[in-house]
Amino acid sequence: MHFEYQIEGGNFTRAGFASSEIKKMLKQLNVDLGIIKRTVVATYEAEVNVVAHAYSGTIYVDVDEEKIIIKLVDEGPGIENIDEAMKEGYSTASSKVREMGFGAGMGLPNMKKNADELKISSEVGKGTTVEIRMMFG
Amino acid sequence: MTIAEIAKILDANIITGHDLADHNIDIAFASDLMSDVLTLKDDNVLLITGLANLQTLRTAEMSDIHCIVFARNKKVSPEMQQLAEENDITVLECRYSVFRTCGILYQAGISPIF
Repeated sequence: MHFEYQIEGGNFTRAGFASSEIKKMLKQLNVDLGIIKRTVVATYEAEVNVVAHAYSGTIYVDVDEEKIIIKLVDEGPGIENIDEAMKEGYSTASSKVREMGFGAGMGLPNMKKNADELKISSEVGKGTTVEIRMMFG
Repeated sequence: MTIAEIAKILDANIITGHDLADHNIDIAFASDLMSDVLTLKDDNVLLITGLANLQTLRTAEMSDIHCIVFARNKKVSPEMQQLAEENDITVLECRYSVFRTCGILYQAGISPIF
């Protein structure tokens, strides 16, 4: 099964809408509740990152009998140093993002903790792609 | 302890989820940083916060948190209320500080996560 969701950069009113839709869809598919929680926490962290840092983005979700693959592709400034960004406490978030309760440099490390596999690639000036892979087995 | 009992000892108003007021809660976590809330592995946690915006509700939704106490007299907007109702999240408004709210709940037997 394949689903797609659009993300609008800077729109904090809608941040989390796509993750919420993904959660509902996984519940309908009777996915294990523990896997759903880890999936949507990682996806929500990634979605908030797109809203916080990028101009726009798309979430591509693919579910089959063995796994869930969630790919977030954004158009934005990109990440200069991914290793640095993965360190807990490292953040380039604006004060607006911090007012929302984020921007403490915990998002990427928390995505890594929740995902079975996490891949990040980025090109400065173009954008970032985050792939979250969850296994059912 | 039920949500109704929690509302009573905090002198708090139940804004959404009146029908869930007999739901039991044993553990709580207090934070204004949603990134911290998103690291919790436990379910059925009561969240005590002074951060009142839509992302507080979204964080609760993703973390399977079904009850939030908004302390420091923070108010729940109509948009927040709608999101809470859509996700069966009971929301309470409390005029006490986060510190006082936590103190009362701790004394009443609600346990911390760690």
